[in-house]
Amino acid sequence: MTEIAAKVSGVGKSYGKTKALDNVDMALHKGEFVALLGPNGAGKTTLFHLLTGLFVPDQGSIVIQGHDIRRSPERALAGIGVVFQQPTLDLDLSVRANLVYHCRLHGIYSSITSDRITDELQRLGLANRASDKARSLSGGNRRKVELARALLHDPAILLMDEATVGLDPASRATLVQYVLDRCEQGDISVLWATHLVDEAERAHRALVLHEGKLIAQGTPERLIAQTQRPTLAEAFLDLTGIH
Amino acid sequence: MKSNHALQAFTAVGGREVIKFLHQKGRLFSALVRPALWLLVFAVGFQNVFGVAVLPPYETYIEYQVYIAPGLMGMVLLFNGMQSSLAMVYDREMGLMRLLLTAPLPRWYLLLCKLGAGTLLSVLQVYAFLILCMLFRVDIPWSGWIYALPAIVLSGLMLGALGLLLSVHIKQLENFAGTMNFVIFPMFFISSALYPLWKLQEAGAEIVYQLARFNPFAHAVELIRFALYGQVNGVALTVVVGCLVSFFALAVYGYNPQRGVLMRRPRPG
Repeated sequence: MTEIAAKVSGVGKSYGKTKALDNVDMALHKGEFVALLGPNGAGKTTLFHLLTGLFVPDQGSIVIQGHDIRRSPERALAGIGVVFQQPTLDLDLSVRANLVYHCRLHGIYSSITSDRITDELQRLGLANRASDKARSLSGGNRRKVELARALLHDPAILLMDEATVGLDPASRATLVQYVLDRCEQGDISVLWATHLVDEAERAHRALVLHEGKLIAQGTPERLIAQTQRPTLAEAFLDLTGIH
Repeated sequence: MKSNHALQAFTAVGGREVIKFLHQKGRLFSALVRPALWLLVFAVGFQNVFGVAVLPPYETYIEYQVYIAPGLMGMVLLFNGMQSSLAMVYDREMGLMRLLLTAPLPRWYLLLCKLGAGTLLSVLQVYAFLILCMLFRVDIPWSGWIYALPAIVLSGLMLGALGLLLSVHIKQLENFAGTMNFVIFPMFFISSALYPLWKLQEAGAEIVYQLARFNPFAHAVELIRFALYGQVNGVALTVVVGCLVSFFALAVYGYNPQRGVLMRRPRPG
């Protein structure tokens, strides 16, 4: 786990007088599953907006697979798959049409598009829903389609921005397990933002973001030991001063 | 940016617009009913009131329906341009814009794809309207159908770029009605779409006349009007191309990630 997939150095971002991120440093290694923990308003979504090039940081740099997102955004974005917090499926299109749209935006050759889509949907148990309108899917299945879509172009990094919000516990657990498996099977690195601490328990590392600052990082066990609390959830509450 | 990738992205964005258009069965109907009403009710009713003198590009006296046809073609382009703007705001609210703008392609190109796709629909609707004109025996030369194509495309792009620019500034879908009132109607009425501009001058409406001279929509209408008769209106062409470049450049600037137009009021997280 030495090769760095993404590196964030000294990143800051303000909205007017509000500092959303303040001098954040973090690295995501190849094959690593990193949980980004933070209460609402901690700056997680802002960090994701910067990592996906939707915003640019006021200070600092973000390098994805050796490409600075400010200088060569296209190359940086080619290596990223994202599941946004807000649903981003076109509900009027079929599942397959949504996925084809993504493949074309990412320049995947038409000859392999169909196989890739079938493969990803099969892995998630949605192969029989390919022709259905996205609108007809349950919340959990919509998220699965968004996850399949994020993986279609074979990204090196998967960004999950509070992707389980609004899902029932079973759907949440399935999604976490699936991403963990994919992480362990291949070379994909995952940054999983959440405020639900149980999702971070099996992460290789957890980062704690609070009021725009990265206040702690380490394995879940280390964070527990550091705070001398019995669980990661309590350690998180302790670190963010909610206790 | 590889050409194959660029082409694929254009087919993706264009294909989505076309599929959505085909799904909205009433859209083509309403796009045609609007100008058809003007052509068949307004123009017929007023043809004896509005005497149109011989003026370029016409070489003889013409029916009023012939006069307003280019204006109504412009109307189709104007409404569709604004509809594209509405679609952009909708996509932004629904999060679909994020998906588009995180594609590994230059942002200006992605916006150009959107503009091109919207214009494609505009042009198709204008030709559907031309068929309607033919059915109702409005005397438009056949050659004009071909000559006017570049003018229709350029005007469609210019008005689409205006829609793109407006979508930067329309914060919410609910504000769209305001755009209709403050953009579409003034642009349409303060132009040469329904009456030649000298009529305004003759009527002493000097301010309206001056406003119309600076209205890019009026120039789009004149560009199409002249093109239908195989002529190029140099001033109109210059204004339309100038406005197209300016509107598009401003829209690209508006969608710059530095300005963060996608999420003006970022949600906490």
